[in-house]
Amino acid sequence: MERRTFLATTALAAAAAAAGLSVPAAAQGKKVTIGVSIPSATHGFMGGLNWHAQETIKRLKATYPNLDFVLATAGAVGKQVNDIEDMMATRNIDALVVLPFESEPLTSPVKAVKDAGKWVTVVDRGLSQAGIEDLYVAGDNTAFGRVAGEYFRANLKSGAKIVVLRGIPTTLDNERVDAFRKAIDGSGIEILDAQHGNWNRDKAFSVMQDYLSKHKKIDAVWAADDDMAIGVLEAIAQSGRQKEMWVVGGAGMKEIVKRIMDKDPQLPVDVTYPPALISTALEITALRFVSDTPVYGRFIIGSTLITPDNAKQFYFPDSPF
Amino acid sequence: MSDAALRTASFRLPGLSALGPLLALILLVVLGAFLNDNFLSAGNVTNVLARSAFIGMIAVGMTFVITSGGLDLSVGSMAAFIAGVMILAMNALLPAMGVGVPLILAGMAIALAIGLLAGLTNGLLVTQARIEPFIVTLGTMGIFRSLVTWLADGGTISLDFAVRQFYRPVYYSGLFGVAWPILVFALVAVAGQIAMRHTRFGRYCEAIGSNDRVARYSAVSVDRVRLMTYVLLGLLVGLATIMYVPRLGSASGSTGMLWELEAIAAVIIGGTALKGGYGRVWGTVVGVLILSLIDNILNLADLVSPYLNGAIQGVIIVLAVVLQRGKSSA
Repeated sequence: MERRTFLATTALAAAAAAAGLSVPAAAQGKKVTIGVSIPSATHGFMGGLNWHAQETIKRLKATYPNLDFVLATAGAVGKQVNDIEDMMATRNIDALVVLPFESEPLTSPVKAVKDAGKWVTVVDRGLSQAGIEDLYVAGDNTAFGRVAGEYFRANLKSGAKIVVLRGIPTTLDNERVDAFRKAIDGSGIEILDAQHGNWNRDKAFSVMQDYLSKHKKIDAVWAADDDMAIGVLEAIAQSGRQKEMWVVGGAGMKEIVKRIMDKDPQLPVDVTYPPALISTALEITALRFVSDTPVYGRFIIGSTLITPDNAKQFYFPDSPF
Repeated sequence: MSDAALRTASFRLPGLSALGPLLALILLVVLGAFLNDNFLSAGNVTNVLARSAFIGMIAVGMTFVITSGGLDLSVGSMAAFIAGVMILAMNALLPAMGVGVPLILAGMAIALAIGLLAGLTNGLLVTQARIEPFIVTLGTMGIFRSLVTWLADGGTISLDFAVRQFYRPVYYSGLFGVAWPILVFALVAVAGQIAMRHTRFGRYCEAIGSNDRVARYSAVSVDRVRLMTYVLLGLLVGLATIMYVPRLGSASGSTGMLWELEAIAAVIIGGTALKGGYGRVWGTVVGVLILSLIDNILNLADLVSPYLNGAIQGVIIVLAVVLQRGKSSA
């Protein structure tokens, strides 16, 4: 008798879920609080990430009434550690989704959350100790460099001359640039220069001005970031050498994606490193609490090429980035 | 320090110590010309001078603040905030005014007005609330920076495309082949030099910076002069922003990052005393040029690994100051 009711309930729930009438059975259970700790919106990419985090939380709350979220943004490492401690002490969270400001200082606070038996999702920047997180969601920096490099390789002749703008000196930047160099290795494409533009429009503008004074012939620019691409394009416009070279940025800023959609000859493609990866992390973490879907492990979001053909699916006009 | 003494000092030929920064600048120019043929090309010289103009105008104002014993850490954030509000205001006024000179002038007036108000806020907090300038401007630095990030929703505030195209020449073109930002910077520098050396205001700044109590006993309205230095600096930040916005047509949370430190460094390299009491506007101009030349030369010549750029800058800044201090004691 007991077994029969159990089966019936399950069947009912399954039918309801299949019909899309209501949320899965587990979702009707106890309240679950998910803590979300991310860096504050100090530059374009993080601004986009913050926006996507807020949008996703809004949507998840509406879809799964038993899920509650606590969002904290931190402008510095110390603040982020405090945020996480506060979430544990006062909000009694069941799970933590964290994009660490820096790997080292965040490792032990996040480990403390894990040791307290909570679910931990780490986003984009890994912790310095392996095996703490249940789920790791990140972009693929190697692919980011490789995809760009492959495009250069396929679209430039041997002997072509290019310049590169690098980001803020970090391991992340090194991974990207190394992968790019490897992808064009042996193609005969020559990198004339690779200076740091710090992912900043103004800095990229002056670095590109200097490249243009220094080099008589440049066939293409790997700006490696959409903010830097804006500065680079402006410097090229000033020199009047728009016809001479094209530019590839990176990340997927809406203004740049729009220009690719419009088939701008100066901006043939872009390489994604989506700030919406926080949404992936939140959605998957939510699945853990509303269904029996196994979600532990690693989820690496590929870097793909945005071309005029597929640009539409990467265009988010409402996002600030 | 009496007016008469200062006046005679200004008519004497500059001593060796005063020539320190100039010497460093000449050395850098020679080094640059030696390392790259394009260094002295008209294009590159224009680039470097136009780039220096923003920090340059701010640094001239900073010279007065520092000379009178103050400090302003908020200028970089202030520039970002002014740029953000100016762009938003111009976008909002666009439907009513249309693209044209009146719209640009309205934007410029707004930039100057906000600069004035921001400078007035800093100045009043320092002189009326009697809070240390370091703390006041550290506070306003954070406030302006957050406000622009908030206005931009964490992203970037961009000027309407049509307005931008119309406004663009203010940065990119000029008069008789000299770009506008360079002309405006030159005017500000000359006016600053005259104000510092040949007006009562300049002498009062030095008097207050060297000993504000003596200045007060000498019937100098210390608070009013101090307040005016902050207002002047705010106005110059507004002016710098007017020249900055047409360059990229956008503002974000990272606009004007660390400008305050570059401006302060330029002032000190130029020979103004950080503790106040002595100011040298032409030295500040030399300091600004030294800072932008270092960057330019490092980009033009592959001297060292880009990772070491910051170290080279640090060494040259310290050397430029050592050069003048060493000689002045000899």
